[in-house]
Amino acid sequence: MFPYLPISSEDEKEMLKTIGKNSIEELFEVIPKEVRLNRPLNLGKPMSELEVRKRLGSYADENKNLSQLVSFLGAGVYDHYIPSVVKHIISRSEFYTAYTPYQPEISQGTLQAIFEYQTMITNLTGMEVTNASMYDGASACAEAAMMACDATKRKSIIVSKTVNPETRKVLKTYMHFKEVEVVEIEDADGVTDIEKLKEVIGPNTAAVIVQYPNFFGIIENLQEIEKITHEQKAMLITYVHPIPLGILKSPGEIGADIAVGDGQSLGNGLHYGGPYLGFLATTQKLLRRMPGRIVGQTKDVDGKRGFVLTLQAREQHIRREKATSNICSNHSLNALTAAVYLATIGKKGIKEVAYQCLQKAHYAYTVLTESGKYKPAFNKPFFMEFALKTDKDVAEINKKLLEEGILGGYDLQRDYEKYKNVMLLAFTEKRTKEEIDRLKSLLEVM
Amino acid sequence: MLKEYESLIFELSKEGKKAYTLPPLDVEEKPLEDMLPKEMLREKEVDLPEVSEVDVIRHYTLLSQKNYGVDIGFYPLGSCTMKYNPKINEDMASLPGFTELHPYQPEETVQGALKLMYELEKALCEITGMDRFSLHPAAGAHGELTGLMIIKAYHEHRNDKKRKKIIVPDSAHGTNPASAAVAGFDVIEIKSNKEGAIDLEALKAVLNDEVAGLMLTNPSTLGLFEENIVEIARLVHEAGGLLYYDGANLNAIMGISRPGDMGFDVVHLNLHKTFSTPHGGGGPGSGPVGVKKELADFLPVPTVEEKDGRYFLDYDRPLSIGKVRSFYGNFNVMIKAYSYILTMGAEGLKRASELAVLNANYLKEKLKGYYKVAVDKTCMHEFVLAGLAEKSGDVRTLDVAKRLIDYGFHPPTIYFPLIVEEALMIEPTETETKETLDAFAETLIKIAKEAKENPELLKEAPHNTPVRRLDEVLAARNPVIRWTK
Repeated sequence: MFPYLPISSEDEKEMLKTIGKNSIEELFEVIPKEVRLNRPLNLGKPMSELEVRKRLGSYADENKNLSQLVSFLGAGVYDHYIPSVVKHIISRSEFYTAYTPYQPEISQGTLQAIFEYQTMITNLTGMEVTNASMYDGASACAEAAMMACDATKRKSIIVSKTVNPETRKVLKTYMHFKEVEVVEIEDADGVTDIEKLKEVIGPNTAAVIVQYPNFFGIIENLQEIEKITHEQKAMLITYVHPIPLGILKSPGEIGADIAVGDGQSLGNGLHYGGPYLGFLATTQKLLRRMPGRIVGQTKDVDGKRGFVLTLQAREQHIRREKATSNICSNHSLNALTAAVYLATIGKKGIKEVAYQCLQKAHYAYTVLTESGKYKPAFNKPFFMEFALKTDKDVAEINKKLLEEGILGGYDLQRDYEKYKNVMLLAFTEKRTKEEIDRLKSLLEVM
Repeated sequence: MLKEYESLIFELSKEGKKAYTLPPLDVEEKPLEDMLPKEMLREKEVDLPEVSEVDVIRHYTLLSQKNYGVDIGFYPLGSCTMKYNPKINEDMASLPGFTELHPYQPEETVQGALKLMYELEKALCEITGMDRFSLHPAAGAHGELTGLMIIKAYHEHRNDKKRKKIIVPDSAHGTNPASAAVAGFDVIEIKSNKEGAIDLEALKAVLNDEVAGLMLTNPSTLGLFEENIVEIARLVHEAGGLLYYDGANLNAIMGISRPGDMGFDVVHLNLHKTFSTPHGGGGPGSGPVGVKKELADFLPVPTVEEKDGRYFLDYDRPLSIGKVRSFYGNFNVMIKAYSYILTMGAEGLKRASELAVLNANYLKEKLKGYYKVAVDKTCMHEFVLAGLAEKSGDVRTLDVAKRLIDYGFHPPTIYFPLIVEEALMIEPTETETKETLDAFAETLIKIAKEAKENPELLKEAPHNTPVRRLDEVLAARNPVIRWTK
């Protein structure tokens, strides 16, 4: 008998008797013979817990993980510290073994937590409304582009090449199938080339997508881009990294129409790429064009405050092919994670985490460029990441660093042909002066 | 449930409280204005709560107690396969060797992770009879979208550019037509027959050289096996279309029948249903997409490949539809699903499906007579009731569902599929005891009696929940979707 299959053979007999069948096989007689599998699946024997633990434990041990390495790798995914409370809350099975809150009376835990998440995300981004989460930043960005196309009735999206390459790839896939044109703008010294933007923007442009801080870690002049975008009645979509928003002007203050991003940094860990969460925040005007679940406040029959899934007339289960999106399940537990993280670090903590990342990156910049062996690839204000130009192959450098227990920076040549021998280094609050100094001394002797 | 607790985390906030600690800054501090342009600085602090650690823990613990999960009780939510989420899976997914991996680490440092993905793909191929899988999609609907993009790319590659239509039965999940629209298809809806199955004549009437494919859920959303599946596959293929399998209902047929053998070309699975990974209160799930070899070149990049015992990510796939999300999928969810597959083995997975079907038929038999059965035939892993057998005033399915809450059960899916009036869609899964099934059946029978004798009990249910029936019209008419002071 299997631990998760509690029907005993005696139960089985009684149940078959109730149904009026002689065997379980009889229940499957409705399946045409020619599509039945007449052999056991080739999957091996059932394993005990101990055996599973050994097997998968050995797989885990084959990896080198970031508790064993010192990481300067970012490029969209950051090794931030996660306070202990986060894991303890999201491990509560009342949260993680529930389904989507279809029955609000017994789902107030999830619903209220998501309502609080929505409040935190709108406050962080300075936008007016947000949904209950998306799969990741990249797909949220693609959904934002679709929103902009629907709202403007236009079919062209401009995206800066300083937007995360993964995000641009996902955007291009979605837009290809929606038959929407995607125009990429080259960067000039690591920022969106404003002159090129002016050349390509026009009355067909539904939206301009820029990243903040951008993929190279740089803070672009979004005020100017905002002006150019809105002059053409296109929408400004900002793809934002949430942690720096503790210090930086919010997308709302900049005048963005939609702010999207990845909530990985908000307590969600690394997990080799997922699950994280996508957030999507926008203006009141675009509320009913938002994809996905939204939690709203209401009252129960006794007049008590409560929360429900709301504005569902936008969604697939009601509108079917006319829905604003096909999204159904989102990343609710990751949104809860983000809420617990933001509640824990709070008003002061979001600023302090951002400030420490900023200071450490600037310290690193000073020491790493001191000798002149490594030069800044760009001359622009940056937040917690910057790019260094070397005369060596980045992969070679990283190989040597790895031997010293260091995970080196991102090789920009992976996505930008013109940035050969340029590595993008990231600094979170977890990195220490000692680690940065050690990185410097290792780099100096390469 | 303990005492009433009604605060929002923001309402606990008090200046000066904090729940975090950080080491003091250990590098030389630079003035802010030397690093950042002044006009890019935030003027006001982000309005987040200021609370203590104890506040955080109590707040969210109290909130969690207002939730109902599989660990609390029976959750027969049709089409959602709310089976037990084994704890070993959670432990395996929490190993630092899996959690602490950056997606851009060099391949030689993530061989164990790549191997796990590689083996999971092989296992899913074997279970479904498909040739390749992509583990990228984040959820079922995302899998549908990816699968439909693959179908479109396949036709386009063959220069068959007229195929812009996807056929979807009226019994389908809402995500099917919505995904087809996002993938840039036009949707043709066809009526199902009385048993919720494909009406062959209706299908024939719409098949032509503009049809890219048919999306089908089998067992159907009425919980019945599509008996004409071989004929349906033949018709669609003869018309040049492809057959898409919505894997929401795979839990009925593991080790018994495979979509690949039925003639399906593209399949998505929900690891958060059939493969026991928790649903998280609305995700994260995982919706892998499987294809036959003719379509493998179109899968998203990268795929995981193996050569001489070394695993690697393959981006060199020129016909690929591209990327549908960042990185390689919800890796953490994949670990749980693979842990489950290893635990169950071939024998356990088949047994799980057998018992899922036994449990559903047993419950259906017990409830017959008290509730209308939408189609009274041998069902698969779930079945649909069409409301109370005897109508009683204005008591509706919603009231029956709410009354179940008073008795400690999570209600079934209600008002779906759309083709059944007053639908109650019940999926017990295989992880429940006979005692639980009996208690649930007795409760539903008792509720049917209450409906006649004391309908108010149902209309006013639930009675003992933290909040009672909520005004959804008010929520939608005057949307309040964030807290303000």
